[in-house]
Amino acid sequence: MRAANKEFGPPVIELGAMGWLRKNLFSNWYNSLLTIFGLYLLYILIPPLVNWIFLDANFVGSTRDDCTNEGACWIFIQQNIKLIFYGLYPTEELWRINFVYLILFISGVYLLIPNLKYKGWVGAFLLIIFPIICVVMLSGGLGLEAVETRLWGGLFLTLVIAGVGIVLSLPIGVMLALGRRSKLPVVSILCTIFIEIWRGVPLITVLFMASNMFPLFMPEGVNFDKLIRALIGVMFFSAAYLAEVVRGGLQAMPKGQYEASQAVGLTYWRMMALVILPQSLKMVIPAIIGSFIAIFKDTTLVLVIGLFDFLGIIQFVGTNPDWLGFSHEGYVFAAAVFWVFCYAMSWYSQRLEKKLDTGR
Amino acid sequence: MSSELMIEMKNVHKWFGELHVLNDINLEINKGEKIVICGPSGSGKSTLIRCINRLEEHQRGNIIVEGTELTNDSRSIERIRGEVGMVFQQFNLFPHLSILDNCSLAPIWVRKLPKAEAKEKAMEYLKRVQIDDQAHKYPAQLSGGQQQRAAIARALCMEPRIMLFDEPTSALDPEMIKEVLDVMVGLAQGGMTMIVVTHEMGFAKEVADSIIFMDEGQIVEAKNPKDFFDNPESERTKTFLSQIL
Repeated sequence: MRAANKEFGPPVIELGAMGWLRKNLFSNWYNSLLTIFGLYLLYILIPPLVNWIFLDANFVGSTRDDCTNEGACWIFIQQNIKLIFYGLYPTEELWRINFVYLILFISGVYLLIPNLKYKGWVGAFLLIIFPIICVVMLSGGLGLEAVETRLWGGLFLTLVIAGVGIVLSLPIGVMLALGRRSKLPVVSILCTIFIEIWRGVPLITVLFMASNMFPLFMPEGVNFDKLIRALIGVMFFSAAYLAEVVRGGLQAMPKGQYEASQAVGLTYWRMMALVILPQSLKMVIPAIIGSFIAIFKDTTLVLVIGLFDFLGIIQFVGTNPDWLGFSHEGYVFAAAVFWVFCYAMSWYSQRLEKKLDTGR
Repeated sequence: MSSELMIEMKNVHKWFGELHVLNDINLEINKGEKIVICGPSGSGKSTLIRCINRLEEHQRGNIIVEGTELTNDSRSIERIRGEVGMVFQQFNLFPHLSILDNCSLAPIWVRKLPKAEAKEKAMEYLKRVQIDDQAHKYPAQLSGGQQQRAAIARALCMEPRIMLFDEPTSALDPEMIKEVLDVMVGLAQGGMTMIVVTHEMGFAKEVADSIIFMDEGQIVEAKNPKDFFDNPESERTKTFLSQIL
């Protein structure tokens, strides 16, 4: 029997590295050609890049004259690190920003560790109390010296705009999506108009409107903070996109889920909160995170209304006469930092998807 | 058993566009009665029971469930849905919740039971349909028959006085039909008022107090099982029976 089984068993697969290579990289002549071409491309691109970034780079020193090697001059970043990370925020008050980062970091790590108790409370703290702490710590009050938002900048400003935009736009987007699908014509039409107007306008236009046009409609003397105006613009812009993403998820829900919820007596809001939204949001996690990543990168546009975000300030310090000619280093550094944040979101989204997967 | 009136339908009409799906339905169902509704597809039998808990809106006539008239008033709808449980052809369990959470969700949020009590009660009903060992699994991990029994338990957790079944075995593999029907028979023997849309004539013979045959939105015939099978009056019923028996 055993021998017979062996004879009729599954076909023998070539194992080991050679088998893998043959199957995936050299399965036929054009595949082999592409493989060789790809390897060649890597060969001409990677070594010079590694040399420039690491091997030939300058890491130690305090002025541009210390950059004597061929490669990148990271001293440029080191010397301007305070500006790049915090903008013009007063040096003696920087601990306030760091304190906020620390709270965020600790609660974030706590939430990421599986199977801890009180995660709900930590989450509620992050969503309700933490924002209050942020406002007080960052802008001043309760005995802390006020720091005007025109001094905010760098990576810190980018995180503030993206963070507020992302956190507030999701609930607004969900409400807009529900509104657009509402049976009440007035609600549905208003939400549709709102969504389509925001989606039909480029973010740059939104920011210009918020910065330059909005004050014209306000009575004399009323002056909203420019940052707050930009935040509101980013928030609604992002919410309009999210609304359509969420609506896609809602439309993918089978009718039976609505009927079963109604049959057990759930009211509209409970049905949405307990049955429909948990499932439809789960379905569109990749698209939601995609929207978040887009908005994170789009915050760089606030430069056009005179706010110096992370990228903006890197460009700005590049125009300092002491550091002219180091924009490459600046852009590479900016790209690396943006990548880290965007990839973190992407990684989290995959993790969340796996965690929430209960089959269909 | 006293003849307490549970459901009353008077001259009920409903249209889907031009299509007259319910045409002058008159029906009285007493406490503890088991009604089986059968008929060709498109005859309006599902629509009829879906009108009872307002998954569909009737356009003319009156539907009175336990003394509450069904109107557009959301309070009347909520009250009636609290008394009426429903089981669907496609189970419609909530796939993101465990079986136990499927069952305790509505008791917690609608009946406002404390969590522990709701879960305890859910386990009780899951035991009754014999899937208490599956309580912590998700719907997708269960077989069709187990899912449908879970769906029955979910409806029972709200302690309804009336149960509606909309073709509960039509989506099941043949070998799983019996386990679901057994649960339904047990429920019937417990005295539940039941309206069952089904083509399981064995079940109808065993359990039904009366069988209703519907065609083109009308009740063609309503009789006790013996008369229904032995002396059907209308030609339509005879043809139907000859096709399914």
